[in-house]
Amino acid sequence: MMERTLTRRLSAGLVPAVPYLWLGVLFLVPFLIVLKISLSDPAVAQPPYRPVFEWSDIAGFFSGLDFENFTLLVEDDLYFRATLSSVRIAAVSTLLLLLVGFPIAYGMARAPERYRTLLVAAIILPFWTSFLIRIYAWVAILKPEGLLTQALMAIGLISEPVDILNTETAVYIGIVYAYLPFMVLPLYATLEKMDDTLLEAALDLGSTPWRSFWTITVPLAMPGIIAGSLLCFIPAVGEFVIPDLLGGSETLMIGRQLWSEFFSNRDWPLASAVAILLLIVLVVPIVIYRDVEARRVETQR
Amino acid sequence: MTMRRLSVFNVTSLVIGFAFLYLPILLLVIYSFNASRLVTVWGGFSTQWYGALFRNEALMEAAWVTLRVALLSATLATVLGTLAALALTRYGRFPGRTLFTGMVYAPMVMPEVITGLSLLLFFVAVDFDRGFWTITLAHTTLTMCFVTVVVQSRLMTFDRSLEEAAMDLGAPPLRTFFSVTLPLIAPSIVAGFLLAFTLSMDDLVIASFNTGPGATTLPIKIYSAVRLGLSPEVNAASALLIGIVTLGVISATLISKRSVMRSRRNAH
Repeated sequence: MMERTLTRRLSAGLVPAVPYLWLGVLFLVPFLIVLKISLSDPAVAQPPYRPVFEWSDIAGFFSGLDFENFTLLVEDDLYFRATLSSVRIAAVSTLLLLLVGFPIAYGMARAPERYRTLLVAAIILPFWTSFLIRIYAWVAILKPEGLLTQALMAIGLISEPVDILNTETAVYIGIVYAYLPFMVLPLYATLEKMDDTLLEAALDLGSTPWRSFWTITVPLAMPGIIAGSLLCFIPAVGEFVIPDLLGGSETLMIGRQLWSEFFSNRDWPLASAVAILLLIVLVVPIVIYRDVEARRVETQR
Repeated sequence: MTMRRLSVFNVTSLVIGFAFLYLPILLLVIYSFNASRLVTVWGGFSTQWYGALFRNEALMEAAWVTLRVALLSATLATVLGTLAALALTRYGRFPGRTLFTGMVYAPMVMPEVITGLSLLLFFVAVDFDRGFWTITLAHTTLTMCFVTVVVQSRLMTFDRSLEEAAMDLGAPPLRTFFSVTLPLIAPSIVAGFLLAFTLSMDDLVIASFNTGPGATTLPIKIYSAVRLGLSPEVNAASALLIGIVTLGVISATLISKRSVMRSRRNAH
């Protein structure tokens, strides 16, 4: 009997232990390795560092590390500008997403109940189709002589071809397009629960629709606004595919910088340093997001 | 609650919003039937690019690799994610719970470039050859977190008294799990699996970091083709993928709707 409870307890302990161990080995440890490489950059040649990379095929890379650290210092300006521009692009995109997403979420929440499930499914469906393909679709639309130019010229709105591809505008369009479901769904979730009688009461008491929107709807939708904004802002800061395919060479973004350090310059320590920089930028929004999520899960309970 | 009414503004924003979401995809599908090699100039209807697609061995090979990675990693992620969800909802405060929650939520919001790079540096550090298995392990790690969240939300809203009743009647925990808990959370496990599968099929960034010789996935292939310019073959491949996914999502929705209706009928 004793033995049975012991085995039972052991097997019960496996439930948290297995995923815990998996994430520990494949998420936490890799993360610590990045941290270590980026922090011990100048000390890579020192003994405490060497065992980790001794067996690697890229050992030759690290012989030139002093030079790479030097360039990191010299070109520090580049990383600083890339960070600033990533945050700016992500912030502007998040604002645009709110402007585009709110009316859609509001319309969905006001739609007759029997259509709502269908509308939610229709918002989610594009998310299931490949992200890369959805961005790729915009290349054909935005390129010079592309479908947008053709359409606008056909209806006589423009006479000269518009060239949006490879500009920051294209990046904004891409981010808004790709992240729209992430903004609309949290907004819809809070707007759908909203009590309409509050709005009616305000209108009865003589408030203008505009004023009641700002004093009632917006504050009540705040949890959705915060969740949606963070859900879009955080990945947008580290976005790679969108600025790479739609942006121009002057569109600086830190995710793209990391990619090129790694793949084009083959500078792994510098790429790790950029990764840490990106993470430092995102730590505060990620922590806020986690709190918001935890609170949401608590209220759901 | 009073009857809600759609205003003109509401309808307009819905129409424009959905047009914005669907028009680019629709255009891509339409232009995959374009006879012209120039992707943005309509040259008549043709299915030639679909034929070219199936004769393109490199692309077919990449599709096969992607499918295998997605199936394997989604299966692993479903098992791990379900266990993690059970741990978070049924185990109260176990040691290191805060760290565990953090590790579950972080990969979902963490930029993919960081996840990809850190996993690669790990595989290099432990001298693990890059290729099929590194992509699979990387995808499992990322997608299990999504499975956890999906299954966890189902476990939280469900009626614990059924489990308790089974235990009171003498069913051992494992039997209770398989005969009571599992059937009840099965839809969310299926949803989690599908989500994991789609995310894996779709991933470019993490796969690019962790790929190796002989393990080129479809997104990597598409990405390198797109970098060289638009190609009608990529249009055809994209349209096919969109078609498959749309069919899959619609049938999954219908199946879950049927099962909901059946369980409702049984409840009455």
